[in-house]
Amino acid sequence: MEARKTKAHSESDYSFIVQSPSFQILLSEKKKFIIPVTIFFFCFYFALPILTSYSTVLNHKVIGSITWAWVFAFLQFVMTWGLCMLYSKKAAKFDELANQVIQEGGKSR
Amino acid sequence: MNAPAFIMFLGIVFVTLIITYYASKKTKNASEFYTAGGGLTGWQNGLAIAGDYMSAASFLGIAGAVALTGFDGFFYSIGFLVAYLVVLYLVAEPLRNLGKYTFADMIAARFNAKRIRGFAAMNTVAISIFYMIAQLVGAGALIKLLLGLDYTTSVLIVGVLMTVYVIFGGMHATSWVQIIKAVLLMGGTFLISIIVFAKFNWSITDMFAQMKTATPLKEAFLNPGVKYKIGLDTISLNMGLVLGTAGLPHILVRFFTVKDAKTARSSVVYATWIIGIFYVMTIFLGFGAAAFVGNSEIVAANPAGNMAAPLLAKAIGGNMLFAFISAVAFATILAVVAGLVLTAASAFAHDFYNEILRKGKATEKQQVSMARWAAIGVSVISIILALGAQTLNVAFLVSLAFAVAASANLPVIIYTIYWKRFNTTGAVWAMLVGLISAIGLVLMSPNVFSPEVGKAIFVGNPIFPYTTPGIVSIPLGFLAGYLGTILSSQKADVKKFEEVLVKSNTGIGINR
Repeated sequence: MEARKTKAHSESDYSFIVQSPSFQILLSEKKKFIIPVTIFFFCFYFALPILTSYSTVLNHKVIGSITWAWVFAFLQFVMTWGLCMLYSKKAAKFDELANQVIQEGGKSR
Repeated sequence: MNAPAFIMFLGIVFVTLIITYYASKKTKNASEFYTAGGGLTGWQNGLAIAGDYMSAASFLGIAGAVALTGFDGFFYSIGFLVAYLVVLYLVAEPLRNLGKYTFADMIAARFNAKRIRGFAAMNTVAISIFYMIAQLVGAGALIKLLLGLDYTTSVLIVGVLMTVYVIFGGMHATSWVQIIKAVLLMGGTFLISIIVFAKFNWSITDMFAQMKTATPLKEAFLNPGVKYKIGLDTISLNMGLVLGTAGLPHILVRFFTVKDAKTARSSVVYATWIIGIFYVMTIFLGFGAAAFVGNSEIVAANPAGNMAAPLLAKAIGGNMLFAFISAVAFATILAVVAGLVLTAASAFAHDFYNEILRKGKATEKQQVSMARWAAIGVSVISIILALGAQTLNVAFLVSLAFAVAASANLPVIIYTIYWKRFNTTGAVWAMLVGLISAIGLVLMSPNVFSPEVGKAIFVGNPIFPYTTPGIVSIPLGFLAGYLGTILSSQKADVKKFEEVLVKSNTGIGINR
């Protein structure tokens, strides 16, 4: 509904929204969260093939015949699910900030 | 002919055709055809994404790879899953907010040049057809083995079914076929995993201990390095896996079937849980097949190990379970190829025909009828190519699709959403260099040239040493986008970027 109301936004409206404090807060909050987490999961992910290719540290056994390679592999799953839930939680806050932007943007016209 | 398998195959055909019949009543305009009117809920789309994604290559291929190569086969499972973090964190929501029916729509939201849309649509068609040939070749081999039909008949059966789903039921039918397939696949895999786990005395440590002696590889089975011995080759494979998904057009279009970014997000969360649980279970499939079917029997049925999962079902559950798992594999293939036909047909009908040729002025009726003809065209081309590709390695075609998606599509997606200076020259360079370098490197790779006769298409030394091109072609795609942008005299359109920035972050002006 909000979308329909604002469909007629002109170019200057977008510039106005970009410069508005509420939009800047939304952007910086998103950046503060998404950039570090993205760097983290790429590092965590590529650590596995790098370690298996260039060292044998992961071939040591943890419990019984299970080696660190399998534990690290399973941690990749745990990381994915964990970051997935974390994103949902954070995104709920981004939605609130975005709603604020939409409301203020609507008033400016 | 295996009677229970035959009956279950017919059951799947019957149920999917009923779905298509009901879907056809809803498929009245372009939006219904391309995106099911954007009316799917989060869990529905989550299941459909899972159904669209867990292809025959995942189910049959990974089970076989783990059974034959142990840990190295499991790399696929990890990469295919972690890829969803890239989708969730960087791509899904902006994509939903900027696009309407196709991936090209999103790029066109920033650059209104026809050639940009044209190249984006071309990449979509190329990737989808590569992927589809892989699925069809796999389908042909599977049905041949299970029902005793010859390869050509098998490919034609799958080809006709996928065309029928798409032309009559559009995205409604495609989505529901994918949802049902996801449920069947999860159920079947869970059943096998439980039986396998019971046979290992419900003990993970027992399972690993037994695997040390169960295969000809002995202890090496549990360690990395059986298949991937060159470090950079392993990393190249992993780059393609983790970055490819966010550029696969048939996955990207699924985000247009929900009403807003919030629902797109929740559908990725559902999909990530389902897909993750599935890939954990590939360990049980692979270990079970290696232990209870045995290496020599798996290789005898198919050298790449593609029959490991059905053979395991037979070994632990008899003919009924074998028939059920085979039928699940059949449903898996149908759901994936239907999604691919629809995606490629949308690129033809929406991007090439409506937006480029008719300048966006085609009527709803013309659009839907064009989309139907495009679906028939795409199906016919894919069937013909698949009939000629019988001897090609399925995994090679899938890795090609992933590498092209990561190299040709992902750079332009990321730059479009996040880079202020990005311009049309950069977009064209990124898409072309990514596409050409990925395909070119594969043509020079060990998949195509091998010094051993019969191991690859041609005999000779490969010019490019790695089996997947990602490590070179993905950075090249990003570099080309960067250089194209800064070397051109074109000035950045700041106003347009501001519009994209606002839309992608807030959903203002969403196309519904």
